[in-house]
Formats: sequence, structure tokens, C-alpha cells
Amino acid sequence: MAGVGAACLFVGLLCALYAVGAGLAGARSGRRELAVSGRRAIYCLAGLLVLAFAILEAAYLSSDFSFALVEESSSTDTPTFYKVTGMWSTQDGSLLLWVLLLSLFSSAVLFLTRKSLREITPYATAVLGVVAAFFLVLMVAWESPFDSIAAASVPPDGRGLNPLLRHPAMMIHPPMLYTGYVGFTIPFAFAVGALITRRTGADWIRATRRFALVAWTFLGTGILLGALWSYTELGWGGYWAWDPVENAALMPWLVGTAFLHSIIVQEKRGMLKVWNASLIVTTFVLALLGTFLVRSGILSSIHAFGASTIGPQFLVFIALVVIGSVVLIVSRLDSLRSEARLDSLVSREAFFLLNNLVLLAIALVILWGTFFPLISEALTGREASVGPPWFNALTTPLALVLVLLTGIGPVLAWRRATLAGVRRVLAVPVACAALLAVLLLVFTNAADSIPSFVMFVLVGFVVTVIVQEFWRGASARRSMTGEPFPRALGRLVARNRRRFGGYLVHVGMAVLFLGVAASSAFLKQRDVRLAPGQTVKVGDYEITYREPTAVLSDDREATGAPITLGATMVVRKDGGQTTVVRPARNFYPTRDPRKGVVSRYFEGEANSEVDVRWGLRRDLWTAVRPDISSLERPIAEADRRFADVGSSGLALIVGALLENYRKNPPPATFRVIVSPLVSWIWLGGALVVLGALVAAWPSPEARLRRVRSLYSARLGRELTQPHT
Amino acid sequence: MDPARKRRARLVVALTVAVTLAGALVYTSFSSSTEASTPSQVMRASEPGRSYELTGKVVDGSVAREGEALRFRIRDRTGSASVPVRYVGAVPDPFREGREVIVSGTLQAGTFVAERDSLVTKCPSKFTKEQER
Repeated sequence: MAGVGAACLFVGLLCALYAVGAGLAGARSGRRELAVSGRRAIYCLAGLLVLAFAILEAAYLSSDFSFALVEESSSTDTPTFYKVTGMWSTQDGSLLLWVLLLSLFSSAVLFLTRKSLREITPYATAVLGVVAAFFLVLMVAWESPFDSIAAASVPPDGRGLNPLLRHPAMMIHPPMLYTGYVGFTIPFAFAVGALITRRTGADWIRATRRFALVAWTFLGTGILLGALWSYTELGWGGYWAWDPVENAALMPWLVGTAFLHSIIVQEKRGMLKVWNASLIVTTFVLALLGTFLVRSGILSSIHAFGASTIGPQFLVFIALVVIGSVVLIVSRLDSLRSEARLDSLVSREAFFLLNNLVLLAIALVILWGTFFPLISEALTGREASVGPPWFNALTTPLALVLVLLTGIGPVLAWRRATLAGVRRVLAVPVACAALLAVLLLVFTNAADSIPSFVMFVLVGFVVTVIVQEFWRGASARRSMTGEPFPRALGRLVARNRRRFGGYLVHVGMAVLFLGVAASSAFLKQRDVRLAPGQTVKVGDYEITYREPTAVLSDDREATGAPITLGATMVVRKDGGQTTVVRPARNFYPTRDPRKGVVSRYFEGEANSEVDVRWGLRRDLWTAVRPDISSLERPIAEADRRFADVGSSGLALIVGALLENYRKNPPPATFRVIVSPLVSWIWLGGALVVLGALVAAWPSPEARLRRVRSLYSARLGRELTQPHT
Repeated sequence: MDPARKRRARLVVALTVAVTLAGALVYTSFSSSTEASTPSQVMRASEPGRSYELTGKVVDGSVAREGEALRFRIRDRTGSASVPVRYVGAVPDPFREGREVIVSGTLQAGTFVAERDSLVTKCPSKFTKEQER
């Protein structure tokens, strides 16, 4: 079957190349049937890749270790969920997922635009084909997911999935990120098509706006899931570390956010055309860069990747994309002239531009910091890096400005806002924010951290602005139609999905920032070594280490760990009610032949299973690091004495060792974090996704409008052009 | 003001702001960065009080606990020069003898005293093939 999979990739590459050729030739010669065949080649590619994906998944599910990839990242005792998702924990498998998603997205957009944008689509087909072909070449030539192991040497079992990756969020996170990265390829391809054909109006934007929004949503969700994984799985208790790979995902998201805002200006006012084309190119390049960073090993990070063979190819491809896009934009500057000028700095378009600049500034800061080791080495010959404090110091003020703009921008009028109008919409929110500031100062210690305090007030401002927008809109509708308020509100949102979906996204982001501001400035953390019976105090909580736990083959999260050592802790809040928390640590065996048979169980990977008590007001987060040094001697002795005992015997011996640990528990190291409002980050994120869904959902009126405009456009064409 | 002059004034203001911000970016990054060094470089330079980011591999058999602190030695990726490290704080899950780590701190009396929680382990995860077989 591996042969069939490899053949799928090869034929897929031919399809992609054909799509490029047919798209270009069709566009040049104006022969529609060529362009149509190019589009069908992309459908064909999607079919082939679905087949390749299915073959590989089937191999994972049936633990077919004649596939080298399956042997590397799965095993017979890996839980089914992680068998299914094991593919994208590997370089080759994740490339396949990337290009599969790309082919599906490409097919979807080409299907939707099959009857419109006749000039642009063939070029877009060619661009999509080029991107797909690049990834397929990588797999066909260097990183084939279908490498097989000769039948004689197929091992009885695989090496299993890296334990760190055995977390539900971690398994959904890569496909989400890839969907985001891939999704931005679509508007990029259409932008290139629009530039080549000089059809630089808002058509390409209307056709792909929804794809950009979906891509943005997936990328954002992927980033957030990564943060959630970090918080609950990595055992350090934070959700963001400015790690190069986190940054790599955040940068295209930020520039994509800017793009989603500025295209509104192009649609409404015919401005910012060069800007929008540049933004989507930048977003796509950053998405490629993100994919590249994860695979190159040029920057050290927790995701560190070691030697990979495909770094140079990526760099060459990225360089070609950048050069090609810049040349294209510069050569089309004359068709990218603005149809209007900026009338006033106090207008919605001016604020959108400002918001764009702030988002780009944040992205630039992150880009500079992420690549600083390379910059520093190139300039000074010394490899130096900047840490999280640097990132925090530079991005915090920018984030504050961004939230402020979120509050003001959407309520300003297009073209020129009048002072009276501004006063009317902002009077109540400013008063509310001021009241909030006073309340915070009087009743809380929020002012201990100035940036967080400012953020709280700004979040209050933004939320009141948006609530007021909803309220005004719904009241106006009610007085016009006589509908009851809730229905008026529902209809209002349904009729103006982009606008009110956008508002929901803004509220979600404000809530997310609230969580970040509160949890970063006011968290309390203790790292402490406790013997059973001892107590530590963190914030209002008193936490007592009651007893150790040690279980065999029964870990809570069903990740397949044979040994779980943990602690039972009693939590008392303000001397009042008590709860029990049970942080633990899973031990995964190694196959290292240099270790003794029993040591292998204890000296492989180990991984924290933290206990998080989620709460709206605060989370209580606990992790434990059991000290197994007291077991070293018995383990060494067991290694010697039971070197060739069977697996059931080993279970008995390991069981006895665990019993020993439970009976004579040495002190263990704990990390306890009390983190306020951290749940609001996830709640805010959920609200963002909801808002994006509302904004992306096609409304019946819009569909009708689209059909009408398509029809009239075709009629116009047919009337003006003689049939060929 | 006529529109052309107004636009020029806006452009000047915008460029000034951009240049200032870029300057701040460059200045702060160079002034607050820490240098990545191998154990042999740190031992050779050994300026006391200077902050380094030490990278290398954890020496086999060198990890020992000493109360709150963790003691281990880091050696050059290639070669055997090594430096003793004293570290307090969270230990990442993949930390193990033989793994590549990064830790920031200063050299004090021949021992590298690490900043709290600065230990980063390069995990062998994801896209590398596990070395041990």
C-alpha cells in the first residue's frame, strides 16, 4: 500500500503542474476549456491526496509498521485517538496534511468561483498549483510519508507517539494552524491573479474574503489551543512564552487581522489597494515562514526540530514568492491607484489604517525578536537572544493602543466624523470607563500594575461601546418595525452579520486581553518542596501534601503511560471549605538497550499531568515532580536480578517498587499557581470564534445580491462583447 | 493649509514616529539581549556578573538534587569541556541527561548560577527522529 500512496503523491504532483500550465495557457490564450481543465486538475489533486491520506491513516489504525512513519510515531499500545492523530506529529505526515488541506481549500474556492471572475481564476489556479507542487516536490523528493521498511526487518512494535504530544489540544492544534496557513493561500492566489490581470477592484476581495476570515479563525483557534496545551500539559503553568514557533504562528495572524480590516476600506472606499495586496502577500509569506521555522531548526525552541533536510528548499521558495510578489505589485502600481483620498484623520478609514499600523508594528516587533539571534550573529558575530521581558515591554503599549482603537474605530463615520457625532457615541462609554477606573482604584489593588489597570479600563470602554451599538441598533429597529426587543436584536444581527459579527469578535478579544492582563500581572506562584503532611500557602489557599499516589497502567488522561506517580493534596481556602487536588506525573518507558529492564520504565520520557481547578475568578493550578531518587538503588538491584524476566513478572516488580515509593515517600517538588481570570482567555477566544462564524455565515440577502450582480455582469459582458 | 502641504506634514509625522519606534526596537533589543555561549566560551571569557545564555548538553550522570536546587554539568555539543550549573526553579518535562538545554545566568566562582525558571530543554520531539534505538 505504501507504493500506492507514493504513486498518489507523484500523480498529484503531475496534476498540480498540469493545473499551473493549463491555468497560465488558458489565461493567455483565452481558451476557457484549458482553464476549466486546470481547475479540474486541482479537484483531481484533492482526490488523490484524500486517497493518500486515507492509506496512511489506515496504516496507523492497523499499526502497519512496514510504514516507516507509523513505526516512528505510533505503537500497538498507543490509544486509538493518538494513532489517528500521530501522522501530523511527524515532518512528512504534517507536510501531507498541509497539502491535503490546501488542495481541499483550493477545490472549494475554485468551485465557488467557477462562474465568476473569469479573468482572475485561471491565474489563481496556477498560483495554487505552484504552491501545491512545491509541497509535493518536498515529499516526493525528500520527505516521503510513504517510506517503507523491508518486509524482513519490520519491527514487531513501533516507537510510540512522543508523550508530550499526547494531549487532545495538541492533536487538534496542528490541523487548525495548517488550515489557517493554507486558508491564507487562497486570497493570496486571487490577489496575484487580480494583479496580473490588472483587475484590482474589490472583486477578488469579495470572492475570497470569507476564506480569509475562515483562515484567520482557524489560525487564531490553533494558536489558542497551543496556549491551552502549554498551560495544561507542559508543566510550567504559562500559556505563552514568546517561543519562536508560537511567534511564527502569531505573525501571520496579526497581519491577517490587519488585512481583514483594510479590505473593508477598499470595498467601501476604493482605497488602500497597494496596501491590501502587500498585506496578503506578507500574510502568506509569514505563513510559509511559520511552516518553515517549525521544520528548519535554525532557531532553538521548545519545538526544536533538529536536523531537517528541507530548510534550504523552503528558503528558496519563500525568496521566490517575495521577489515575484514585489515585482508584480511594483509593475502594477499604475492600476492600484486609490479611487479616493483620506478626507480626515477622524474617520473610520483613518482609524482602520491606524489599527493596521499598530498590528503591523506588533508583528514587526515579534519578527525582529524572533530572528534576533540571526540578526545579532550577522551584525556582531555573537549569537544573542531577547527574552520574554523584552517582548512584553514592547508589545504591551502597542496592545493597549490597539484595544483603544477597537473601541473608537467602528463607531466613527466614514470619510469625516463630526465632533458632535463622536461625542454622541462616546459619551456614555467614556463615562462608564471612568466609573470603572474609580471602582477599581477604590475596591481592588488593580493599580498595582499600571499596564493591567489601563487594560481593564480600556476593556470596559470597548465593551460598553459595543453594547451601546447593539442596543442602539436594536432600539432603532424596534421603533421602526414594532418588533419586541429580543427579536429586533436577532434580526439586526442577522441582517448585518459582518458588522455585528465583527463587534462580537471585538468583545471576545477585549475579554481575552482582560484575562491576559489579570493573569500576567496578578498571578501568585510558588515552587516548593514538601514532605507528606507539610503545607504551603499561596494567595488565599493553604495546600497540604497529604499522601503520594503511585499507580500502574491507569493514568487519568488515557495516554497509555504505564507508571503514574502523583500526590493527593488538600486545599483549604481562607480556612473555609476544602477540596482535593491530584497532580501527577506520567512515566513512559524508553527502549534504550543500554538501560536495565526495570530502569527503562523509569528513565524514559516523563510528563506532568497537572491538576487545574478552573474558575471564573481564578484558576488553581498544581503540578508535582516526584523525587524517585530513593528508588534508584532498588531499581538497579532489580535490573541485575531480573534481567530476563517476562513482562508479567516485570509488572509485578514495578508494582512492588511503586508500593515502596508509596510507603516511604520522599519529599516531592510542587509548583502551585493561583492565576486570576485566566479562564477568560479561553472564554474570550470562544466568543471570537462565535463572532467570526456570525460574520462569515452567508446571509440570504447577500446571496441574492450576489446572484443579481453576477447576472447583470454577465448580461453586460454579453451585450458589449461579440461572441467568440 | 492646502491639501498637499497637509499630506506632506502627515507623512513627515508618520515617518518620524516610525523611525523613532524602529530605533527603540533596535536599541532595546541589543541592550537587553543575552548572549548564547557554549560552556568552553563561558569558561574562557568568564567575566563575572555578565549574563550569558548557556547552551549545550547535560553531562551523563551529572544531575543531582541539592535541596531546592538542581546541580548538573553542561558540556559543549561537540567536545568535553563542561561547566557546573546550579539551577532553581521549574524543570521542563523533557529535561534529561544527554539532552540539549539552554539556561541563562552568570558565572560565579566557577559555577554557572542560573536564573530562576530559565531552563529550556530542546525537546527531541515532533520532527526529529529519536536518536536512541
